[in-house]
Amino acid sequence: MTNSDLSPGPLPASLQFTADGRLKHFLTIEGLPPLLLEEILNRAEQFVTLPNKTQNKAPLLRGKTVVNLFFENSTRTRTTFELAAQRLSADIISLDIRTSATTKGESLLDTIRNLEAMNVDMFVVRHQHSGAAHFIARYCAPHISVLNAGDGHHAHPTQALLDMLTIRQHKGAFPPLKVAIVGDILHSRVARSQIHALTTLCTGEVRVIGPRTLIPAGIEKMGVNVFHNLYEGLDDVDVIIMLRLQKERMHDALLPSAHEFYKRYGLREEGLSYAKPDAIVMHPGPTNRGVEIESQVADGPQSVILQQVTNGIAVRMAIMSMVMGAQSGQAL
Amino acid sequence: MSKKKVISNAQIVDPDSGFNEVSNLYIDGKSIAHIGSKAPDGFKPDEIIDATDQLLFPGIIDLSAYLRDPGQEYKATIESESAAAVSAGITQLYYMPEPQTTIDSMPTVNLIKKRAKAEKKVRIGVIGSITQGLKGEQLTNMGGLKYAGCAGVTNQRQAFSSTRTLRMAMDYATTFDLPVLLHPIDHALMGNGCVHEGAVATRVGLPSIPVAAETTAVAQIITLAEELGVAVHLCRLSAANSVELIRTAKQKGLPVTADVAAHQLFLTEMDISDFNPLCHVQPPLRSQRDLDALRRGVADGTIDAICSDHQPHEIDAKLAPFQQTQPGISALETLLPLTMRLVEEGSMSLETAIASITCRPAKTIRNKQGKIQLGLHADFTLFDKNDLWRLETAKMKSKGKNTPFEGWSFSGRSTKTFVKGKRVFDRSA
Repeated sequence: MTNSDLSPGPLPASLQFTADGRLKHFLTIEGLPPLLLEEILNRAEQFVTLPNKTQNKAPLLRGKTVVNLFFENSTRTRTTFELAAQRLSADIISLDIRTSATTKGESLLDTIRNLEAMNVDMFVVRHQHSGAAHFIARYCAPHISVLNAGDGHHAHPTQALLDMLTIRQHKGAFPPLKVAIVGDILHSRVARSQIHALTTLCTGEVRVIGPRTLIPAGIEKMGVNVFHNLYEGLDDVDVIIMLRLQKERMHDALLPSAHEFYKRYGLREEGLSYAKPDAIVMHPGPTNRGVEIESQVADGPQSVILQQVTNGIAVRMAIMSMVMGAQSGQAL
Repeated sequence: MSKKKVISNAQIVDPDSGFNEVSNLYIDGKSIAHIGSKAPDGFKPDEIIDATDQLLFPGIIDLSAYLRDPGQEYKATIESESAAAVSAGITQLYYMPEPQTTIDSMPTVNLIKKRAKAEKKVRIGVIGSITQGLKGEQLTNMGGLKYAGCAGVTNQRQAFSSTRTLRMAMDYATTFDLPVLLHPIDHALMGNGCVHEGAVATRVGLPSIPVAAETTAVAQIITLAEELGVAVHLCRLSAANSVELIRTAKQKGLPVTADVAAHQLFLTEMDISDFNPLCHVQPPLRSQRDLDALRRGVADGTIDAICSDHQPHEIDAKLAPFQQTQPGISALETLLPLTMRLVEEGSMSLETAIASITCRPAKTIRNKQGKIQLGLHADFTLFDKNDLWRLETAKMKSKGKNTPFEGWSFSGRSTKTFVKGKRVFDRSA
């Protein structure tokens, strides 16, 4: 490694493609063409399994080794990536790095080099710092694909696409839709990726709703309208996406109390009534009942929260098979 | 007999006196003996250096460089950085303390001065710590630091434990006529931020630093300086509103001076949008509007000096996700090229640009050099305006190769550097 390697690399968006334009890494939604997003959603649709149907393994990733590199804990994302890899016949191992080498002082790059030496094909990375997946993609061996499973507050692109799949299943096309994202936008990588996905798919209007302390500066430049009043923001929307509120925000002078947040920004039946009657309610999980969402709403007829989880496996199968170069429809 | 030299036919630019003519510079030993087309009576030069088509201006005085030595020699050494400095026209630099090398005792000052002297190249002034260990709590023995030869005192980028400690530190340092150099930072507002608060930080999801983290500190320091009636120098401005606060303070006649790092006049928040760790700096790169205001501030004299804020790093310090990389740019070798580029881009006159790296920083740190005038030491640089070159990190002399300016083209380059009449760098050699 020499100093010239430090020079600015390609932008995260262009880093995601091979020279011939094939999807190589999946790091961020930003900069991806709408047709590619559609293609991923279409492919994911083929992987969605019906309840009570026997799960057949597709052999698309047979002989491939996937490593889940989780520098930050996660149950849902990690499990769905594991299941997705297994349903594509890949070998998968999950490393909880917090209890592993880096706590002994090993640098991130050394960890990557060591795993590369074990001939792996794909890294699924979750890291507490923004740009970590991009960093690994820039410096890892050329045959390896990197999938971003969440980096800092930057991006969580597979989550955003499983949300898009869920919206599409219920609402069809995006241009006529009004979508509201509610809660802690400031700390949410999910919200950022959702905004990129929604704007790329030409959604009619994307709104973010929250108190001023949780709306980051300049967010409107990402193509959203900002609301500080829940009811005004939910007026006439087709999709409501609630975000998880971390407990530590109350100690950081960003919010006075969970109770106040719930009163002003928690989704209850009353707030839901401002949206379109057929609006769907989404949440990336895990939910804090009584903080950002009322149980009756989370479990109510308009909630699609569990369907999101099911779609998570399908979307991750689609992306894994695409970056590994498997052809759509092959051996399905 | 001391050696006599003539630099002939150079375009001599001395911004302090406003002198700008093609002429000869006569040097007797360490000092400037005469400036003019004819030699003074009885002056028999031992050496004649032809400087036709070259600029001759005072040696550059860089208010801030982290030389890492002693303590972090894997990043840089006084030896490596001295060579880098003179190769880029710098004749005097000021060694900044940092948490790994807190210059808070006389032996540390003496050690650095001894190592600097052994190099016989660039002059190295030492800036001492204003509080012990830069911890912001107990004051250092500033009388002793002054006696040991410190040129000023600072708390670097570290926090003061209270506004009272800051006030007392400013007051006590002034007892000994030590220039006080303060980095305006409100640490609570800065938090764990690493980039400018705005649309770019929001998009890349990096923790951000509001402009107010700087401006509230600028306002606080100016208020204290006014009340105490002491002079203060504000280091590394990054925001348009800071320039405005200092402009107002200067209009009131307060003895406030300020500087800006050269990279802050060329890079903006947009440069971190690809997580480029080479653009991770403190204070953070801000908006285009801030950049424009900083340039105007230098042009109209609100900002007195442009400095390198040289921070050499080993490669591993930059090989990590953005937030985990160490901030700073290896900048000695780009200070002069970037400053001259400001002239080329029409932001200021040649005289103003040169003044901002010579006589103006000299004045803020109470150094009598920075001028081409009779009787002063012959510290100067020869500069070939017609040399077109491209920055390649592999050819940099600094041990730290961490610069975001790799591949940038510059017109004009220093050819020879003289300190106390002695040639300490010659590109043709």
